[in-house]
Amino acid sequence: MRNLLALIAVFVLAGPVWAQSTTVILSTTTSTQDSGLLDVLVPLFEKHTGMTVKTISVGTGQALALAARGEADVALVHAPSVERKYVEEGKMRNRRLVMYNDFVIIGPEDDPAKIKGVPKAVDALKRIAETRSRFVSRGDKSGTHVLELGLWKQAGVEPRGAWYIESGQGMGQTLGIANDRRAYTVTDRGTWLAFQKRISLPILVEKDKPLLNIYSVMEINPANGPRVNVAGGKAFADFMVAPQTQAVIKVFGIDKYGQPLFVPVAGKTDGDFQ
Amino acid sequence: MELIGQGIVQALGLLLSGDAEVWQITWLSLRISATATLVSLLVGVPLGTAMALTRFPGRGFVVSLINTGMGLPPVVVGLFVTIVLWRNGALGMLELLYTPAAMVLAQLVIAAPIVTGLTLAAMQQVPEKFRLQVLALGASRAQMVWTLLKEARLPMLAAVMAGFGAVISEVGASLMVGGNIKGSTRVLTTATVLETSKGNFDAAIALSLILLVLMFLVNWGLTWIQQGRRA
Repeated sequence: MRNLLALIAVFVLAGPVWAQSTTVILSTTTSTQDSGLLDVLVPLFEKHTGMTVKTISVGTGQALALAARGEADVALVHAPSVERKYVEEGKMRNRRLVMYNDFVIIGPEDDPAKIKGVPKAVDALKRIAETRSRFVSRGDKSGTHVLELGLWKQAGVEPRGAWYIESGQGMGQTLGIANDRRAYTVTDRGTWLAFQKRISLPILVEKDKPLLNIYSVMEINPANGPRVNVAGGKAFADFMVAPQTQAVIKVFGIDKYGQPLFVPVAGKTDGDFQ
Repeated sequence: MELIGQGIVQALGLLLSGDAEVWQITWLSLRISATATLVSLLVGVPLGTAMALTRFPGRGFVVSLINTGMGLPPVVVGLFVTIVLWRNGALGMLELLYTPAAMVLAQLVIAAPIVTGLTLAAMQQVPEKFRLQVLALGASRAQMVWTLLKEARLPMLAAVMAGFGAVISEVGASLMVGGNIKGSTRVLTTATVLETSKGNFDAAIALSLILLVLMFLVNWGLTWIQQGRRA
């Protein structure tokens, strides 16, 4: 029993780290984290400002919901249509574009829906639905899922049936399922590149405007909840669009994938991408 | 299979090269789960002992509750602890969410019923006659309880192992209340999930193996305490 008490003392003294008021909570999507970009940017920000960033990386839907409740101080997400809604409602403010990359439609080599080279993503999805070819959806309200649903809507298709598989998981796991079931899916290019070793589904449709994947940073309305770190959130948002940061984004990924994963676009507006 | 081989090689490499991040993650996992287990003993042992030695109306119901708690889904615990710790939540003013302390709290909620339930079972299994005998020999009530605890030492250590095993291996609650923040709340299980989602399966396997080895070493130590003096 005495040993036990000694042990407790050791662990309590080695003690938990308590939250500091100089902490900024960043709610963001899995892709910024999984790509490794934040591992590069966050230490730069912490060094510049002396603040500590807590990165909560979840799907865009959850990231925005947390921010709207005042559970985060700044949001970095990629679902423009949903973001604009939050800004209109006054939950978020000062939405600024940070960077983009693009989505691609991948699928099995033998391409049963014959979509290879189809210029419009919407037409490709129509063919997948018509031929009832297997398609894996994220099904998790992530930015990727929101974009995919937008494409189905434009295609006038209500995706439903045995051919439409909802994984409810992150992009990585979803790619694994698509690969295993020899199915089509919509993925961001970065994650697809990162999974080259494990999956053998080639890109079939790309470079269509609706496939642009635009990331923005938004500050949180302090009225959303108690204890929102407004100054910290603004500092991080400013940091994301600062020229030095944008320069880092521009070259990120070249060493690992031979091509950059994101294109910096600070200062541009949605209108530039219509 | 080849992948697992690579994982073993990488795990050894990471540990032997003294990879600072892996050691930090491993140490944090141990610290958080050990703290949660030890605190759960402080709660569970007295509670389990009291439940074993008292009789009151509705006791069966309370025991059933404790036994149900032994199987609390970590993800449910994670969700509720998160909501309580939110800035908007009941304990929001403590600003504990996304800290190791929050993870200790969640793991405590998972481990405490296990320790309580197993303590209750261990104490009840000491024969009633033994208790009466100790009292008859002139022991005070406190001395009697102490003697009972010593008698139930073997199953009690099993309770420690079960509690520790449950919390060091759970991922749902740690991910939710900790946020898997690099250098701060990233533990072996959440790091494994992250590496898997990144497609770094060899790193994920390496982390899993480190977790298994850690669990083995802790249980080995506990078993040595449990069996040692008898051998």
